[in-house]
Amino acid sequence: MSGDPLAGTRRPLSRRLVMSLPLLGTLAVGAGFYALLERMRAGRYDPHEVDNPLIGHPVPAFPPLPPQPPASEGFGGSEIRALHRPLLVNFFASWCQPCRVEHPALMALAPRLPIWGVAYKDAPDAVSALLAESGNPYQRIGRDATGRAAIEWGVYGVPETFLIDANGIIRGHWAGPLGPDVIEGELEPLLRRAS
Amino acid sequence: MTHPSSRMTRPPSMIRLVRLLFALALILAPLAAGAVSDPSEMLPDPKQEARAEAIGRQLRCLVCQNESIEDSGADLAKDLRKVVREHVAAGESDQQIIDWMVARYGNFVRLRPPFLWQTLPLWASPGLALVAGALLLAFLFRQRRETPPLTPEERRKIEELAKQ
Amino acid sequence: MIPELGHFALALAAALALAQAVVPLIGAARRDLRLLAAAPALAEGQFLALLLAFAALEWCSIVSDFSVLNIAENSQSTKPLLYKITGVWGNHEGSILLWCFILSLCGAAVGVFGRTLPALLRARVIAVLGATSVGFLLFSLTVSDPFQRLWPPPMEGRGMNPLLEDPGLAFHPPILYAGYVGFAIPFAFAVAALLEGRVDAAWGRWVRPWALGAWAFLTGGIALGSWWSYYVLGWGGYWFWDPVENASLLPWLAGTALVHSAIVVEKREALKVWTILLAIGTFSLSLCGTFLVRSGILNSVHAFANDPARGVFILALLGLIIGTATLLFLWRAPRLAPVGLFAPISREAALVFNNVFLCAIAAVVFIGTVYPLFAELLLHLQISVGAPFFDATVLPLAVPLLLLMPIGPLLSWKRAALWPAVRNLWWAALGGLAAGLLAALGRAGAAALGFALGAYVLLGAFAEIVLRSGLFRLAWREAGRRLGGLRRGTYAAAVAHAGLGLTVLGISGMTLAQSRLLVLHPGEEVSFGGYVWHFERLEAVNGPNYTARQAVILVRRPDGAEVARLLPAERFYALQRTKTVETAIHTNFIYDLYAVLGEERDGGAVFRFHVNPLAPWIWLGALVMAAGGALSLFDRRVRVGAPARLRAPVLLEGGSLKRG
Repeated sequence: MSGDPLAGTRRPLSRRLVMSLPLLGTLAVGAGFYALLERMRAGRYDPHEVDNPLIGHPVPAFPPLPPQPPASEGFGGSEIRALHRPLLVNFFASWCQPCRVEHPALMALAPRLPIWGVAYKDAPDAVSALLAESGNPYQRIGRDATGRAAIEWGVYGVPETFLIDANGIIRGHWAGPLGPDVIEGELEPLLRRAS
Repeated sequence: MTHPSSRMTRPPSMIRLVRLLFALALILAPLAAGAVSDPSEMLPDPKQEARAEAIGRQLRCLVCQNESIEDSGADLAKDLRKVVREHVAAGESDQQIIDWMVARYGNFVRLRPPFLWQTLPLWASPGLALVAGALLLAFLFRQRRETPPLTPEERRKIEELAKQ
Repeated sequence: MIPELGHFALALAAALALAQAVVPLIGAARRDLRLLAAAPALAEGQFLALLLAFAALEWCSIVSDFSVLNIAENSQSTKPLLYKITGVWGNHEGSILLWCFILSLCGAAVGVFGRTLPALLRARVIAVLGATSVGFLLFSLTVSDPFQRLWPPPMEGRGMNPLLEDPGLAFHPPILYAGYVGFAIPFAFAVAALLEGRVDAAWGRWVRPWALGAWAFLTGGIALGSWWSYYVLGWGGYWFWDPVENASLLPWLAGTALVHSAIVVEKREALKVWTILLAIGTFSLSLCGTFLVRSGILNSVHAFANDPARGVFILALLGLIIGTATLLFLWRAPRLAPVGLFAPISREAALVFNNVFLCAIAAVVFIGTVYPLFAELLLHLQISVGAPFFDATVLPLAVPLLLLMPIGPLLSWKRAALWPAVRNLWWAALGGLAAGLLAALGRAGAAALGFALGAYVLLGAFAEIVLRSGLFRLAWREAGRRLGGLRRGTYAAAVAHAGLGLTVLGISGMTLAQSRLLVLHPGEEVSFGGYVWHFERLEAVNGPNYTARQAVILVRRPDGAEVARLLPAERFYALQRTKTVETAIHTNFIYDLYAVLGEERDGGAVFRFHVNPLAPWIWLGALVMAAGGALSLFDRRVRVGAPARLRAPVLLEGGSLKRG
């Protein structure tokens, strides 16, 4: 029934080593999942977030954007490079709820550094109405009616914000509304380094 | 799913941020699961259209859950489909178009993972699994053959027992 | 009142589960008959308590009691009754309750149907099931309470995701969970065997029916989910290698390997350690799947709402269950005798081969599913692993497996000759080649291999029956007599293997699917796929909680004979403010005609039409496989158990009860 009585004792070490693999595997995978969960809780990991590959690279080439009222000027890559100051580029839309949520934060940041907005796939009247109602933090606003410019920047939703340093290199990217924690924890340090 | 305000504890702001990010993604997620898409999107040349579709199946819809841009009804997917078709009509190769997408969205946009040293264990996994199986089998079979042959004394005992 | 009663019943179930986990184990340690005999009673008690809890939740849903938080968030008063009943498991808390319910049902089933098992083994199995139940019930009671109240109750609930208001999706979870949770029984058998310190042929015979039952349910559940995707998501896809789909495929692959290796344990008392490991592994993969879906760390269509806090609880529970089992394995398994003797060409070897390939496929699917997570964690690399990867890696591994499938049952135990066995498959091989050639001529491309393999497997599945009954060799009467004498298990295996052949053919057929996207105006028609599709009109239709725009499409053959009337629609659910697309499918079980309605455009509408050859065979094949699994449960050998009972019970050495 149990076969050879000497079976278990012969070569015990190699057999036990092999038989410990399931346990070790379980512990390793479990530790990995736990690390991921902890990162999710700390907000450092989001499975839905897409990392932007442009960080550390110059501003991408994109078709110059026509102006969107209430701003009188749109912009293109050359205007950004000519600025020689840290700049925030913010993609937004009037139909986007989180954009309204981050609006006050943008208004608070506006005095400190230029913010240029891109109205993403929006009706011009709706944008003007929104900014008239809630205030305009943007010095320039470009109109991206087709969404092509956004694709060049690797934007996949709104709101998305890019921090560009004085040399025209993208230093930061945030997908989703800018909350106070993000501004304090990530934007500020980068801004200090970018100046 | 957000619980109503009867929740006892207020989640930390990071979790709220994560939830808002999720809301961001949902805004552009398809309202209806299942896109019919637009016949006017299709390229006139059926061969080119088929090629564009094949490339599209390799590209991930970034605002959906695990769909390709061909299968998705999201706005962004529609825009990206248009871009792919423009590039196909312009004569670019499959690899060029995929590289174009990767330059803007990163490797995440490729549904077929790239061949990098970091993805080597991934692509080698079928071979590694078979090799591991073979090694395990060899280990087990080697164990069996280790059964020592009968000593002359044991052999004599068996013969005696058999005679009884 | 009712919700409180349900909550109480849930707590009662937890207490009973705790007793169920502890009492039989003490009884086993002390060889105390009364404690051992308490095991089935406790299991049945836990089941009744959970039945009460489940009934209470169903009641709250049916009467639309919005003072219960779960009902307020997931239901609405105008929801049709069927979905009030089945929607209970359409959300996280309800589905955990369903999980607990089925787990308790498993324990009770072992208590009731396991009367022929030795008392010690049965008690330990029930104890392990109880321990698992305790974990999930505590999870439910603490962070996933379905009976949590909401005060003041709202006038109307938030309603269910309209996608879930569908008959296919209504029944998918219970059947799928019966499969997932059903594998807890073989898991419990494995742990019990490790505790006891021995695995013998009898153990193999006892564990197989439970594994086969769970496997049949899992096959059915996966097929139902796939079929649902096909007719709801609207582009004719049926499998997306989505992480949650993979999470259900992994236990299926391991479970298939398990039911095959258990045969070797039963027949030849070999592969014991491996089979124990598989039994532990299959349920572990089920648990892993639950974790991945509910924790939010994966990007998936199916994922329930994200909650890392829940994720940590489930992970801890998982770690405890799987960790304990693998620790026990490390401690006790070396004691089990090593692999028995068999030649490299033999039925055992074929089953080993089967296991190697099934587990290799499972390893690849697992690695592909979790790689993006670990790549991000360890290498800071964000990649996607999607369908192109899995198609490229899994399909080549499946080919050797399919080739061997008809050959395996023809090999004899211990030592076999390959060529004489293969020779018997000449007609299956011929059929396969013919199918492949036809497909290649029909410009099927790479799918021609699929057609060849599918036909070969389908025909070859019956080879054992033909051989053993001498169907074409002997006179009809003699062959008929032999056919009747064959064990049901042999028929079951043939049916199950044939089912897989059908599915492979269906999948290959779908690669030839055609589709046409176009705009049609009322009265217009288009010729496509060998049919004429005529768009009659667009009409407005109202449902209980939705309004819809429906198109009437008449499909006829070129000669005028009407084939089908398709009614694709787009529904708008007012409460949830969501639109869903209702595809229209006509099937004659050989191919499907499929129509989807899109947006309206200058007086006409956008349509997509599909002709999907052999699509129905994908799910028919799965149904046949599940039927084969179920059929094997009726094999009379399954019912042969421990020695006959005498009058007064006496606990013998080895654990069997002798009533003298």
